[in-house]
Amino acid sequence: MNDLDSLVAQASADFANAADAAQLDVAKSRYLGKGGAITLQMKTLGQLAPDERRAAGARINAAKDLIEAALDARREAIRDAALARQLSAEALDVTLPGRGMGKGGLHPVSRTLERIEALFRSIGFEVADGPEIETDFLNFTALNTPENHPARSMHDTFYLEGAEDVLLRTHTSPVQVRTMLDHVARYGDREHMPEIRVIIPGRVYRVDSDATHSPMFHQVEGLWVGESISFADLKGVIADFLRKFFETDDLQVRFRPSFFPFTEPSAEIDVAFMHGEMKGRWLEIAGCGMVHPNVLRHGGIDPERYTGFAFGMGPDRLTMLRYGINDLRLFFEGDLRFLGQFR
Amino acid sequence: MQFSEQWLRHFVDPRMDSEALGQLLTMAGLEVEEMNAVGGVFTSVVVGHILSTEKHPDADRLKVCQVDAGLDAPLQIVCGAPNAEAGMKVPCAVVGAQLPGFEIKKAKLRGVASHGMLCSARELGLSDEHAGLHVLPADAPVGQDVRTLLGLDDTVFVIKLTPNRADCLSLVGVAREVAALLDLPLNLPDLTPVVPAIDDIRPIVLDAPAACPRFCGRVIRGVDARAKTPEWMVRRLERSGIRAISALVDITNYVMLELGQPLHAYDNDRLDGTVRARLAQPGEQLLLLNEQTIDLDAGTLVIADDARVLGMAGIMGGEESGISLDTRDMFLEAAFFAPEAIAGRAREYGFGSDASHRFERGVDFDLSPKALERATALILEICGGQAGPAVQAESAEHLPARPAVTLRPARARRVLGIDLSDEAMANLLARVHLDVERDGDTFRVTPPSYRFDIEIEEDLVEELARLHGYDNIPAPAPTGHLAMLDRPEDRRDLWQVKRMVADREYQEVVTYAFIEEAWERDFCGNTQPIRLANPIASQMNVMRSSLIPGLIGTLLTNRKRQNPRVRIFETGRCFRIDPAGQPVAGYDQPVRLGLLAASGVAPEQWGVAQRNVDFYDLKGDLEALFAPRVLSFEAAEHPALHPGRSARILCEGRAIGFLGEIHPKWVQNYELGTAPVVCEVDTQALLAADLPVYSAISRQPAVVRDMALVVANSVAAMPLMAALKQAAPAIVRDVQLFDVYQGKGVDPDKKSLAFRVLMQDTQRTLEDAEVDAAVAALVQCAQAQFNAALRG
Repeated sequence: MNDLDSLVAQASADFANAADAAQLDVAKSRYLGKGGAITLQMKTLGQLAPDERRAAGARINAAKDLIEAALDARREAIRDAALARQLSAEALDVTLPGRGMGKGGLHPVSRTLERIEALFRSIGFEVADGPEIETDFLNFTALNTPENHPARSMHDTFYLEGAEDVLLRTHTSPVQVRTMLDHVARYGDREHMPEIRVIIPGRVYRVDSDATHSPMFHQVEGLWVGESISFADLKGVIADFLRKFFETDDLQVRFRPSFFPFTEPSAEIDVAFMHGEMKGRWLEIAGCGMVHPNVLRHGGIDPERYTGFAFGMGPDRLTMLRYGINDLRLFFEGDLRFLGQFR
Repeated sequence: MQFSEQWLRHFVDPRMDSEALGQLLTMAGLEVEEMNAVGGVFTSVVVGHILSTEKHPDADRLKVCQVDAGLDAPLQIVCGAPNAEAGMKVPCAVVGAQLPGFEIKKAKLRGVASHGMLCSARELGLSDEHAGLHVLPADAPVGQDVRTLLGLDDTVFVIKLTPNRADCLSLVGVAREVAALLDLPLNLPDLTPVVPAIDDIRPIVLDAPAACPRFCGRVIRGVDARAKTPEWMVRRLERSGIRAISALVDITNYVMLELGQPLHAYDNDRLDGTVRARLAQPGEQLLLLNEQTIDLDAGTLVIADDARVLGMAGIMGGEESGISLDTRDMFLEAAFFAPEAIAGRAREYGFGSDASHRFERGVDFDLSPKALERATALILEICGGQAGPAVQAESAEHLPARPAVTLRPARARRVLGIDLSDEAMANLLARVHLDVERDGDTFRVTPPSYRFDIEIEEDLVEELARLHGYDNIPAPAPTGHLAMLDRPEDRRDLWQVKRMVADREYQEVVTYAFIEEAWERDFCGNTQPIRLANPIASQMNVMRSSLIPGLIGTLLTNRKRQNPRVRIFETGRCFRIDPAGQPVAGYDQPVRLGLLAASGVAPEQWGVAQRNVDFYDLKGDLEALFAPRVLSFEAAEHPALHPGRSARILCEGRAIGFLGEIHPKWVQNYELGTAPVVCEVDTQALLAADLPVYSAISRQPAVVRDMALVVANSVAAMPLMAALKQAAPAIVRDVQLFDVYQGKGVDPDKKSLAFRVLMQDTQRTLEDAEVDAAVAALVQCAQAQFNAALRG
């Protein structure tokens, strides 16, 4: 083994002994620094004969390359080790809970209303709104329920003190008439009025309170008026809606003759699930029918030319069925342990 | 309307079981709400005759009875009923009988053999009566099956009739409907007129013929008012939910249920002269059968004689003229009162009756004379007596007209969306006894006297749909004109806003719109609230003018349920009297969003110091909700809020709500615990959005300078910032407040506000001189307007 070989071996050993970057630099200077062994070797070249010089120089350079390679390898090893130590020290308990704010949620009935709106929007229904303190005229009379009509006793109405002609609306139906009047004001002068396709979600009020009745509750009114809207269309829309809303075909829908002053023919809509806890029980979820000609007239629409259907459904009931909630009062108590389940 | 199936089947007897019959009625629009078996399910219970009773040798309360149950030998039965005594007839369950829940076996009770059981009403599922044995009539045949004796193989139907179907408020009415639906014969009761035995009449005069166009009456003398009502009648009445009282009353009720005609029976001796149907005069009073004395409104239809008011026509009779158990001679009334004369009256006076329920919906005006005959025949049969001739006063022109209604079959097909031939329509209508006459392309349809609900073409269309069967109408996917809905970009959807609020950890709640008056006063400063005339409870008597009280109520609910950290919101209408209010004149009903947060700002968690939510947390939430619109806030007092911690919120210069911490006095009074922070804003402002406007971004380097301005504590940050932005030269792109400092190095009555000033030009690099000048201009402005000093 010549000198250069042993120098390379020695340098490699020195580098391996260096524990960190600083020690490695010291070791490096011993070989590659100004007074380092390789540098000194280079300086001896001048003393050699020119014909020997080239070969000797090549040998020294080869040794230098080896030493530099050893140095780089060691430097990288030291860096890797340091990083490994750092990473190990920085390791987290990834199982600790995350930090920050939690998440609130919508009221379960809101979830239902949002879904109902989205489903009806998908077939071109717009969403309308109306006042909750309503005139007696629009809540009853314009809906073909004049003073003393026995149907008025079907709705136990809240009245305001000292005000004869206003009340808390007992249903969202007055917005039907408001919508028709607005529509006629906008499009009445056209030869063909566009169709009215609208749903009206909102809160309504009746003097009633027990496990299945709340003095304030929700309703969604629907109205489709056009030149050829039929009872069959009503059945088609409602059946489609219920299957989409409950996301099942496992559902029976029944239209049962009924009476509302503002529709004729009128129907109650019952659903029955074919499986599960409620199997086979008919549950009333909406009232509907063809808009009564007197109501169309109150809305400024010619009943000879236009026909339409309307429905009013109970989103509270739909919500209870969808999520298996058994007490209506939970919706209005505000207990966060209940509401928090609907995030 | 409630009735016995057996009774119904007396008039029409379809070959279907109770369940199918119920389904038929429901799908015809006579909704069956309940079907209840009359008795429990049991077998082998027979009429037993107690021959003797002896005290049980070893038990004080038990008796040993010998009972003849129609078997070869009397049965020995041990019985604990206190009313058991010899001679009585009672239900006797023999060995092997199945009773609800158990079977009767031979047994020994305290050592004495017992071969059966004597039953109470409850044990047979007849009623809840369990005090003693159910006593059977003395003439009950010994050994007869009790089910047969009591007609227990029967079902009580409860149907919910809609107001348009008054024609079904009787057994005959329901039977007529069933017969029509199934095309079966209808057996009507015997309505043959009674041959008068005496000549006595009492004159009848119609003084208000529009309200009472027909009045039939007759005198019957010598009745036995104490006669016993036959068992079958009692049973039918009871199964219709009407208690048997006395024979004469029971008969009038029976005929009302059977035919639908309300009747009234007067004691003839208590009447004076002519019976009149007239309008009440001012000041008249009446003592009603229910022992209530009422002041009659002028205009109320009454029945009167020459001396006084006898009763409220069609609603309730008077106490003084009615029959009693001592009545010998009676006067029987069967009249037609116009629905308009009765409707609303009962409600106005605060009570109603089976009669008013029928009259206000419409009673068959051709029925009065027939019902009078039917009732007379039953009275003579049960109570004896002699009938005078029937007297009828009538004003034919005032009886309801039954004009023909035109039906266009083509329109019916269009409205229903079905393909039904003209002929099929005519057949369907004829089934329900409508008189159908062809007239070119249309039909002229005349309803019978008992149908008050056939006045316009739609009534016939409904009838067709019902008879054709709603189930037989198809449910196709609808077709319509496809026009896309508007999707305005300058409006946000309320759902989008609600989701944003929920994402900031608020839970939506829905609270009642009516609240306690004190809440409205304390939290809204409203002493003139909108009061309900008929609140459901005294603590729910005024309409809310703000969502805050409801949110506070929800906070309390949750605090009580050990849930201290509450972050909730509601959107809903609030109500205020406002002369300019629209669309209902006089009322402003804006939809608002209310937020409430109380206790920890964040959920309790590791590594984060706990602190309570404060004004600025809610303010930050609001600013985020409105972004990119910028809100401004100004100190303003509010009745619900801490005067030093409340602000009015402005958006585009318009006040849109308020924000603040609940006033300490309310925190204390209402025991709210840590003070909640609340805000309320108008959702209209929240839903408005701006279409983004593009402006070029600069590629030149930006320069940032910080400056700290020391101002008096009383200086509000927002006006200062507004002034700085106003005074800033064009190169200043933004001025941000990034620190507020009070403490060492700053006078105690002063604070240091640190601002970061961002400067940039779109075209060129800024020079130091112009940057310095810009900062100087800002400082100069703060000094001049707010007496600020640059902090060293």
